[in-house]
Amino acid sequence: MAEKSIEINGLTKKYGQHVAVDNLTLSIDKGEIFGLLGPNGAGKSTTILMLLGLTEVDSGSVKVCGIDTTRHPLEVKRKVGYLPEDVGFYNDYTGLQNLLYVARLNNIPLEQAQKTALRTLAEVGLEEEMEKKVASYSRGMRQRLGLADVLIKNPEVIILDEPTLGLDPEGVKKFLQLIVELSRKKGITVLFSSHHLHQVQQLCDRVGIFVKGKLLAEGKISSLAEQLFSKNTFTLEGGITPMDENPNQASDSLEEVVNKMKRIKEVSLVEVDKDHFVVESKKDVSAELSRLIVNSGYGLAYLSKKKYGLDDIYHQYFQEEEKRI
Amino acid sequence: MKNKIVKRATSKLTAIKLPKWISHINSFSLFKNGNLGSDSSLALSPFKAMVQKEITDHIRNWRFIILFALISLACMGTLFATLSDGMKVLVNDTTENNFFFLNLFTKSDGTLPAYFVFVGFLGPLFGISLGFDAISSEQNRGTLSRVLAQPIPRDSILNAKFLAGIIVISVMFFALSFLVLGAGLLALGIPPTAEEFIRIMVYTVLSIVYVSFWLNLSILFSVRFRQSATSALSGIAVWLFFTIFYPLIANLIIKGYEPSKYASPKAIYFYEKLKFYLVQIMPNELFDEITSAILVPSVRSLGPLTTEQMQGAIPSSLPLGQSILLVWPQFTGLLALTLLCFLFSYLLFMKREIRSRG
Repeated sequence: MAEKSIEINGLTKKYGQHVAVDNLTLSIDKGEIFGLLGPNGAGKSTTILMLLGLTEVDSGSVKVCGIDTTRHPLEVKRKVGYLPEDVGFYNDYTGLQNLLYVARLNNIPLEQAQKTALRTLAEVGLEEEMEKKVASYSRGMRQRLGLADVLIKNPEVIILDEPTLGLDPEGVKKFLQLIVELSRKKGITVLFSSHHLHQVQQLCDRVGIFVKGKLLAEGKISSLAEQLFSKNTFTLEGGITPMDENPNQASDSLEEVVNKMKRIKEVSLVEVDKDHFVVESKKDVSAELSRLIVNSGYGLAYLSKKKYGLDDIYHQYFQEEEKRI
Repeated sequence: MKNKIVKRATSKLTAIKLPKWISHINSFSLFKNGNLGSDSSLALSPFKAMVQKEITDHIRNWRFIILFALISLACMGTLFATLSDGMKVLVNDTTENNFFFLNLFTKSDGTLPAYFVFVGFLGPLFGISLGFDAISSEQNRGTLSRVLAQPIPRDSILNAKFLAGIIVISVMFFALSFLVLGAGLLALGIPPTAEEFIRIMVYTVLSIVYVSFWLNLSILFSVRFRQSATSALSGIAVWLFFTIFYPLIANLIIKGYEPSKYASPKAIYFYEKLKFYLVQIMPNELFDEITSAILVPSVRSLGPLTTEQMQGAIPSSLPLGQSILLVWPQFTGLLALTLLCFLFSYLLFMKREIRSRG
């Protein structure tokens, strides 16, 4: 069994009547990149604050690197690098000075701190700007400085709270690449919180979907789809073109075709919108479907098996949430 | 002729003062220049780093520079006024005491208030201005969560802010006190007696305690309020309340108890006691009493005295020990108020949730 970096057990946090985090249980392996996905206000940040002991835990326990956060927050903070969303720096100081200050707070000897600072700044690509005051930094540079700030203490675990917020697409791409590279190279566990599906999909080994303080599902993205769409695992999308040149053969009307489709075994749902249709079924029916359409005198413009991305998982969840309400 | 000497003396003094202040900055230049210091391979403790950073921030802050300039100007102004025109007053005023140097701090020729008045007036402002955005600005800039994600105990950020403020205030007050002393030395031509010197030092230390009360109060407000402006205003509101409104209220209460001419001595004594105790919770009153007892050795009592207590007393000045004894309750009171503010900041801050911003 792999070593656990983060173990959360029955974690609960309430603000008055509002339950921000509800009986959360989660464990993250060492060296893993875990994505915490959820809409705004789902309790992601609150969970992260509790991981670091920056807010009180109402019940449950949090262990980071085997250390209880509520009892020994300092030990945990020594091993964890935390990049808050919208990180702040001392604007009057240069990037290097900001880094050195954090190094001193971590009790790193000055000489070593300087070496590490220069190295980390090179890693995140801020060598040229390190003597400039942070006030003049762009949003992307600040985020990269934030990452350097996290790395300088040589952490075992990195927690990133919405780190790509406000970055342009190119910046996001570079930033994510940087994180993956660093994590793989140094074997750092990464907890990445975001409401951005695609970033999580690109980056993370495992994903937890977090809505209203509850972890709805967790696992690899592929297995998440199975968990969620167990009823109708296969979805086929296709386009129909009427065969105008040969009107005699077009015996069936569109409704009849749909009815025929519905009669195929294992098909549970057919939706038609003009010449576009969606078929959900329990097993792969693409062969039957194409035969049926051609036999009915229609042309098959395209037929594709839909793969579930995080996007769909996400929407599926929200639809269910709305239904429940 | 004399004026000329004094002028030259004061100008010399400013010349002395300047390098001192610069060297003070230089000692914290690690941050200023981003200078990759070569000498220290030793591990600097995080707390020390925090205090150093706070001091650097204070000293490089315009707010501090303006206030320092203001207080220095006030101090120089009074010095000049006292020394040029009030020399005769200083020297001739031998009816009660021979403490020329103490007179430098307490007497003035009327054009400008005396030095101690300035300290009493500007000190609170100084304390408030150093502390009012201590925590709230870090919170608003988003640096608080970054700093607290480092392995430092949470209280050390409060302690560092407080200690840095105290150090800056101490340096400034000692500099000013020595400045006045030095100017007096040049102008009068005689050195201060040991007792005068110690009295002035005790006064300086106590004024630091006084300002640290205001510093702590404003740190408390900065913990409580998210907006720096709100916290600054609350600090100033408290200050105004104690300097202007509270005396008014106290007066109203006292008026209600005013005994008639023919009241018994007991009633009059009660009235006097009430009058005395009602103002004792005002930090500025406490400090005024401390000032008068320490800087004017002939002050023998701060509260009301009965005729029996006065009987047989020789009208002479008190020795230093007795003066300190006299203000000990006031000093304790000030310290208690300071600690109370500190305690409340702790209570508010230690369990607080630290979000990245806002």
